[in-house]
Amino acid sequence: VVVKLLFFAVLRDIVGRGETSIEVPAGTRASDVWRDLRARHTELTDYVRPPLTAVNESYVEPDTVLSQGDELAFIPPVAGG
Amino acid sequence: MRLRTFLTDEAIDRQELIDEVMRRSDGALAVFEGVIRNHDQGKSVESIEYVAYKPMAEKQIGQIVDDLGKRFPDVRIAVRHRLGLLRVGESSIVIACSAPHRSAAFEACRMAIDGIKETVPIWKKETGPDGEEWVGWQGSRPSSDQALH
Repeated sequence: VVVKLLFFAVLRDIVGRGETSIEVPAGTRASDVWRDLRARHTELTDYVRPPLTAVNESYVEPDTVLSQGDELAFIPPVAGG
Repeated sequence: MRLRTFLTDEAIDRQELIDEVMRRSDGALAVFEGVIRNHDQGKSVESIEYVAYKPMAEKQIGQIVDDLGKRFPDVRIAVRHRLGLLRVGESSIVIACSAPHRSAAFEACRMAIDGIKETVPIWKKETGPDGEEWVGWQGSRPSSDQALH
């Protein structure tokens, strides 16, 4: 399945871009994508569990299974206000 | 219902929000304004850049406003959060709550800012003489959890 992956704030700086498309096997969970990101970016090594996870603009559990066309975003600690 | 927009790239017009909420039946107006200060946790701050996951942030703030509307049916609430580069003294957020009586206006205003700080996907990068930092990221490093709690 193809998923759109969005990066904001510190994650955008670490990954070096704001969005990308990834193709993952059926049954892939959001947390699997996080694990893959951690493996590729040493700045994330310590962050074993993903920050908050959002799919299609709503917060979800990190073990949510991804569907075709989903928009996935990992939400670093928010600091609005 | 008119389309609501809570995020803006422009300076926030406080009076516009007040005009949005005030009715002739209101006897109380509570306004919360978040302002960029020149320090944070012992460090000097010169500017803050706010960014958002815009569509989700709009939805989340809308949800908070709708929930408060149900909880406080007498209160009218307007919220504007600014994004982009802000300097010391500028306002990042204005929340205006009007009500017939003060207690509901105060309470709704307090709950609105607390809710927004807790869940809305907005981030800030502080810049000062010591460099720049995304607020909250280092503190969320799992190994530092024990130190914090």
